[in-house]
Amino acid sequence: MNQKGPRLGEPASLWRMRIVPIASVMFASALPLMLPLIANSPVLPPLGLLFFLCWQLLRAEMWPVWIGLPLGLWDDLFSGAPIGTAMGLWTVASIAIAYSSQRIYWRGFFHDWAIAAASVAIIQSLAALITHPHAATGRVLGLVVPQIIVSALLVPLFMRLTGKFDNFRLKRR
Amino acid sequence: MVRPAHRRPGQSRKAQYSLFVAYVIAVTGAVAGLLLAILSVVDPIGFAQLRVASQEIAAPVARASRSVIGSISGIDDTVGAYVAAGTQNRRLRKELADTRRELVATSSLQEENRQLKALLKLQETDKTALANGYLLTSTSTSSKRIALLSIGRNLGVAAGQPVRGADGLIGRVLGAGPSVSQVLLLTDVDNIVPVRRARDGLPALASGRGNGDLDVRTLNIANNPFKPGDILVTSGTGGLYPPNIPVAIVVRRQDDGALARPLADPGKVDAVSVLRPYTPDNIEAQGLPGPATPPPAPAGAP
Repeated sequence: MNQKGPRLGEPASLWRMRIVPIASVMFASALPLMLPLIANSPVLPPLGLLFFLCWQLLRAEMWPVWIGLPLGLWDDLFSGAPIGTAMGLWTVASIAIAYSSQRIYWRGFFHDWAIAAASVAIIQSLAALITHPHAATGRVLGLVVPQIIVSALLVPLFMRLTGKFDNFRLKRR
Repeated sequence: MVRPAHRRPGQSRKAQYSLFVAYVIAVTGAVAGLLLAILSVVDPIGFAQLRVASQEIAAPVARASRSVIGSISGIDDTVGAYVAAGTQNRRLRKELADTRRELVATSSLQEENRQLKALLKLQETDKTALANGYLLTSTSTSSKRIALLSIGRNLGVAAGQPVRGADGLIGRVLGAGPSVSQVLLLTDVDNIVPVRRARDGLPALASGRGNGDLDVRTLNIANNPFKPGDILVTSGTGGLYPPNIPVAIVVRRQDDGALARPLADPGKVDAVSVLRPYTPDNIEAQGLPGPATPPPAPAGAP
């Protein structure tokens, strides 16, 4: 028996299976602060949040529901929103997705798209309202509307990207 | 997607408990997170150190990507100049003819401009600048407008110092790390700058809209005195921003004031300088070199 090479049917490395989703979300959260872009308004979609939602829609049972706490804290450090915003809102989104996956028996592509788009809209609006409690509500929401529209249109792309990462994650040696 | 099979843990007590515990952690954590968010809105200083640590991670990459992407876009421009040479030539000739006509019209405006500039009395940046750096990157996914400045405590930057570019005010320093610091940009919703109209000193308040523009409101609401083209400079009231830094130009009148555009675009500005905050002890400290400089002048005059 050949001890050096991989064995037939051996599953993927456990470390890679665990690290890839978390690393992709963390990198996507930190990426906007690494680009040489001085933005005058929220121009980029929330990359970390989109990956976070897509992973949960693609692999419902991969993460425990509290995974939004550490990943949200990491996102808060880079996004500029008050620390704790994404911690709270992302975890609420996880619970909502876990609940919806119990209610909707056969979730299709358009279900996933709708859930992700609605989650991004609600999370970004609430985060903006928490960030600027004293400003006029309508104006603060007006700031994030373009970002929400762009994010909703980009959800299928992020689904595909997440799928690619998932293939890599589960690739057998 | 198929409904997950293991959502109900069945008869296993251990599985039931671990699922229950996960939900308990999630719910308490979410509530704690939102309370933390409210707390950090009320007291932003308390969590500044955590954020500074994350920015120290991001800054080296931002520096590298800034240099790389900056040079790539330079190449892009050079190639584009060759490709577009023919159309550009035609367009430039047409522009030249238009400009000649306009030049005659604007000569009368030049005198007015000279007077306005004399009124502005733009301060030399060198006199009050603590340090000079450049903006590396900024938050671009949240509604908060915070930029990263390439210098930090190593060059004496501290929270509360105003930051300006060559064209005008950029913002103020929120917090400083060892080698980078964060700047709250002028256009942030929470950034309010006391300004006055350069022409006649009419006091007003400029607050960011969050989308690159500023709202200007007078303290006297009875009438709306703004006209498009009015230039606003800092008034020095409130004691953070030194007076006479150009801030914005009025674009449009509104019901309750005016819409203004910042004179310095942080996305295009190259270098920025960090100034001393305009507090009484700093004014005195700057006042001391003021009388100290004239003695060399008579020595140089004869």
